[in-house]
Amino acid sequence: MTSTTEAITGGRLMVELLEEAGVEIVFGYPGGAILPFYDELYHSKKIKHILVRHEQGAIHMAEGYARSTGKLGVCIATSGPGATNLITGLTDAKMDSVPILAITGQVATDAIGTDAFQEADIFGITIPITKYNALIKKADDLARHFEEAIKIAMGGRPGPVLLDFPKDVQLGKTTVRKASSLKIAPHHYERPKVKGDPQEFAEALNVAKRPLLYVGGGAINSFASAEIKALAEKANAPVTTTLMGLGAFPGTHPLSVGMLGMHGTAYANKAVLECDYILNLGARFDDRVAKYQDFAPNAVRAHVDIDAAEFNKRINVDHILHGDLKDAIREILPFVKGGDRSEWISNIQSLKKNHPLDFDNSGETIKPQDFLQKVYTKTKGEAIVSTDVGQHQMWAAQYYLFDKPNTWLTSGGLGTMGYGLPAAIGAKFGNPDKTVICVTGDGSFQMCIQELATIAQSKLGVKILLFNNNFLGMVRQWQELFYEERFSESQWTYNPNFVKLAEAYDIPAMRIEKKSEIQKGVEFFLKDSGSALIEVMIPAEEKVFPMIPAGKSQQDLIEFKDLGKLKK
Amino acid sequence: MKHTLSILVNNHPGVMSHVSGLFTRRGYNIDSIAVGVTDDPEVSSMTIVLNGDDFVVGQVKNQLLKLPDVLRVQDMAYASSVQRELVLVSFSITEKNRSEALTICNGFDVKILEMTEDSLLIEFSGNSRQVTNIITVLKPFGIREISRTGQIAIAYRNQNVV
Ligand SMILES: Cc1ncc(C[n+]2csc(CCOP(=O)(O)OP(=O)(O)O)c2C)c(N)n1
Repeated sequence: MTSTTEAITGGRLMVELLEEAGVEIVFGYPGGAILPFYDELYHSKKIKHILVRHEQGAIHMAEGYARSTGKLGVCIATSGPGATNLITGLTDAKMDSVPILAITGQVATDAIGTDAFQEADIFGITIPITKYNALIKKADDLARHFEEAIKIAMGGRPGPVLLDFPKDVQLGKTTVRKASSLKIAPHHYERPKVKGDPQEFAEALNVAKRPLLYVGGGAINSFASAEIKALAEKANAPVTTTLMGLGAFPGTHPLSVGMLGMHGTAYANKAVLECDYILNLGARFDDRVAKYQDFAPNAVRAHVDIDAAEFNKRINVDHILHGDLKDAIREILPFVKGGDRSEWISNIQSLKKNHPLDFDNSGETIKPQDFLQKVYTKTKGEAIVSTDVGQHQMWAAQYYLFDKPNTWLTSGGLGTMGYGLPAAIGAKFGNPDKTVICVTGDGSFQMCIQELATIAQSKLGVKILLFNNNFLGMVRQWQELFYEERFSESQWTYNPNFVKLAEAYDIPAMRIEKKSEIQKGVEFFLKDSGSALIEVMIPAEEKVFPMIPAGKSQQDLIEFKDLGKLKK
Repeated sequence: MKHTLSILVNNHPGVMSHVSGLFTRRGYNIDSIAVGVTDDPEVSSMTIVLNGDDFVVGQVKNQLLKLPDVLRVQDMAYASSVQRELVLVSFSITEKNRSEALTICNGFDVKILEMTEDSLLIEFSGNSRQVTNIITVLKPFGIREISRTGQIAIAYRNQNVV
């Protein structure tokens, strides 16, 4: 440890270390056990603090900020109830590999373990849901823990870290402000060398007649979009992405076959069945995509990932490259040959033509798919879109095409209702010049609805697109299809007046109910850079298609046109 | 199949929970776990015995290596490592079978720690099979209490010598 002569408090040091790490914005909520830190933050000119209305909002904002900017997201909470309110967000960030630093206050070290006021063993509680966590017992250890935590959060496969600071550690003095060495093994923060044989890897692709690239969230984390595009174009290979990978490959590219999986496009899922080679780039064979071992039954399977634990975890593969995706693709590229794949490409074209994304837009009601397409056109596809969880999430994934990485923010692994609004707020703070749209449902919206106040307080221009079906729509869809229409506790018998509610927070709002109002609605919603809420009333019966029923695989995909089959 | 993993970890609070929590969370069962500090006070060594096929053990190794406090994981092949466990057994004896008990103890290279009129307290170390074996042999006498350390292991330096 190197030392300087001047002793400062732990709280002061925490602020200075955040500043040195280049952190510009933090999302938090104060309380007794974190007050020494807040007192020091008061003096910081470099760090902007956003006061939220609930700690769950703080961590989802940090996630939205991190995912849309590629930077570290930071959130702050006090001990006990403040800290436990971060649990959902930490789990979410762990599942989706989001780099988050959560800072919590803790009761003083001499009170730890005594069931003191507002004490919770947040260290113990968060062991399974963080990439790393630590309870800091001495102000002298603070610098080392900070450096380790940030490196771990950002390095390798990113993830959330939590540091717990007892009050006396924040108040204690220290001269140790730099970690001279890290205690953790380097592979947790250094960029690993690519392991495996890129040439052999490329040759398996070269001999394939019907190759398919399957791109996941790892592509976003490794900033590998340009490399993926180069690879797809050189190999003449169609590309499908997971829900997490949307935007890593341009959705408008001729080689794009859109999203695969439970609610992916029919042509992507059919391409999986037909391909003779599938190259997984930073995805994890999630069970919503690859239900069984016979995933891509006719294909040689290859996998590139930064996390060795993902290899052969659920689905066995034939070729493995371990390392950062961007580096790995750069090593494969020189060995990749073009080859004539025109037959395969035209096969894909006809799949697209014969099995398009589809919905019935004939009636007078507003169809969410139609509305989303109009929003896509109006924003020229350039908005950052966050979603909550449910039907609206899937419609947004299907009907808003993403061309750029870091523009699609959704809770993929955990499926967290309540994520959308705060994530949009975090994204807007990170991207003040971009249009940020939160697509939500009447159920999800009410989970973190209090963050409307955070929008109002910061005069933030966040656009809220609320699809109201007076139902927990996705639950209803399953009940209709698989539980013989027993709508157990999925209908709202009370919903607030969302327009008035938004207006109570000084957010302009409007409700539309008929198809004829769509244009007016889109105009109103996107007319300027300020915040706005549009409540779109949609039919409760509207469903998300295609769909692979739970527990089934690609073969069992049901398209809109097969709806009749399902009802039997 | 049984596997013995030797794991080096940072020696600070919570590391044990991190490691054992990983097993719980992923649904793997630990047969035995033994922990002690190494010559470096900052580093502890853990020996974990688990039952599983190569796939399970491969997963466990990969997942363990993801924990920042885990420095090294070694799968100890039986042929190229020493594996030992210590057991303390207290069991009943009578006047009639005392000499039989002592003969067994001699034969097994057991240390006698305490002898009373009606009991023996012994210490034995060996591989897990030998430990289980001695417990089986002593069982008919009437076991009062048993304490096993769990297995520890270390690799031979010279891999040619078995
Ligand atoms: C916190 C949380 N609780 C419950 C669920 C289960 N769930 C998944 S989708 C859904 C319904 C969502 O309804 P809404 O937000 O209105 O969206 P819609 O499906 O109607 O578009 C529910 C309850 C969840 N994903 N997250």
